[in-house]
Amino acid sequence: MEYSEKVMDHFANPRNVGVIEDANAVGEVGNAKCGDIMKMYMKINDDGVIEDIKFKTFGCGAAVATSSMATELVKGKTIEEALKLTNKAVAEALDGLPPVKMHCSVLAEEAIQAALTDYYTRKGLNPADYIKK
Amino acid sequence: MERVVYSDNAATTPISKNVYNAMLPYLTTGYGNPSSLYALGREEKKAMEQARAQVAKALNCEPNEIIFTSGGSEADNLAIKGLFFSGKLPKNKRHIITSKFEHHAVLYTCEFMERIGYDVTYLDVDSQGHVDLDELDAAITENTALVTIMAANNEIGTIQDLKAISDICHKHNVLFHTDAVQAMGHMRIDVKAMGIDMLSISGHKLHGPKGIGALYCRKGIVLEPLIHGGGQERGKRSGTENIAGIVGLGEAVRYADEHLESNMAYVAKLRDRLIEGVLKIPYTQLTGDPVNRLPGTASFVIECIEGESLVLRLDMAGVAASTGSACSTGSLDPSHVLMAIGLPHEIAHGSLRVTLSEQNTEEDVDYLIETITSVVETLRAMSPVWDEKISGQPMLQLFDK
Repeated sequence: MEYSEKVMDHFANPRNVGVIEDANAVGEVGNAKCGDIMKMYMKINDDGVIEDIKFKTFGCGAAVATSSMATELVKGKTIEEALKLTNKAVAEALDGLPPVKMHCSVLAEEAIQAALTDYYTRKGLNPADYIKK
Repeated sequence: MERVVYSDNAATTPISKNVYNAMLPYLTTGYGNPSSLYALGREEKKAMEQARAQVAKALNCEPNEIIFTSGGSEADNLAIKGLFFSGKLPKNKRHIITSKFEHHAVLYTCEFMERIGYDVTYLDVDSQGHVDLDELDAAITENTALVTIMAANNEIGTIQDLKAISDICHKHNVLFHTDAVQAMGHMRIDVKAMGIDMLSISGHKLHGPKGIGALYCRKGIVLEPLIHGGGQERGKRSGTENIAGIVGLGEAVRYADEHLESNMAYVAKLRDRLIEGVLKIPYTQLTGDPVNRLPGTASFVIECIEGESLVLRLDMAGVAASTGSACSTGSLDPSHVLMAIGLPHEIAHGSLRVTLSEQNTEEDVDYLIETITSVVETLRAMSPVWDEKISGQPMLQLFDK
């Protein structure tokens, strides 16, 4: 199993690691039993733009790299654009993932969705009206 | 220059200078076929028999009890399949006993034997990786032909009480095979004193070459070969002999045997320094038996981080080590060894195995401690599990979420 240079770059120098204390959207997916947990923090402004995003991840190289890439891909984007992010797009942006690691990209997509679900829930809205899964 | 520390000696070892020098003639001018009648083949035959004698001396057996194979896996396969396929066992003798944390060369061979109609009992091991002798005794039935239990575990280094196991086997007239691939050259093995009937070794785990190993098979035990052909190795293993490999194995075993006590003491001291240093990292445990373990094996579980990330980051710092985390096994389960010693999945994901050899130094160990400590800090700083852990929530509650 070999990682692409991009995966190794995002693993070695992950972008947007950390916590946003005043985040208005927080999502966590995965579980420790399977060996991957991703937690995403977002700061979404009144125009629905993701102004800032940070993550923390417990997991393998691919889990860290997909978290990092996913945050890069949605940063500065609108919620609508972020919701369109697919796991395939994350994997492609990393020049591919080994087949056994594709589930990490799924987790990254789910982490974004989980954070946005939290965003709507906090606003008293029904996330199901906005997030089609 | 960046420091490079090779500390994955249980995976493989570099060929030592003396082994290289011993092999070289047989990769160049000494190309004869040992089955030939002329001088060029006779020389190779002599070299091969010298290697056989070297291996036999280290194990305290007769040279004609050594069968050279392509490695440890083949030796394990030959011992198990060869015994049952020989047709020499009484009809009812169709039961094998092994442990749950054997190397896959034994475990999957046993599973294969099950698929073709044999019965296999997989014994549990305790939290330190020991087989329970009473359980072994109770598992033996009148149908049991073979017990196969590894001498020392490849992931956690725990050494079994081989003599006690063989005593139980022989009390019931059952044969005892042990996979000593990790143990050979790293602890004293005397097949007579320990009552071992068959034993597998591999060249590349003790500074010999890859692609060569041997099975010790006590005189009187009949094996059907896995490979039929020209009848080499007294008919037990056909195929023109890998002379350079055999000579390399012989020299590696001779050297390891002659320096065993001093090397064991030296490597164990390095290992203990490493263990002491790594255990200073909070929420870190040693795995395996703290005392009866291979001199070079230091194995840990480090909470709130994942093993593959750890190993990749260690690699970036020039350190070669390994992990049994799920991500390294290509499945959702951590290694079967870590599961067998009863570690919860979430803890086993943070496993690290560092295996030293006499080629490592104290400076290497200090660099290992420093690097492991700093990589663990980096990974914990980006681990949501760690955040929750240090916020005071009990670990299991966290993981139950």
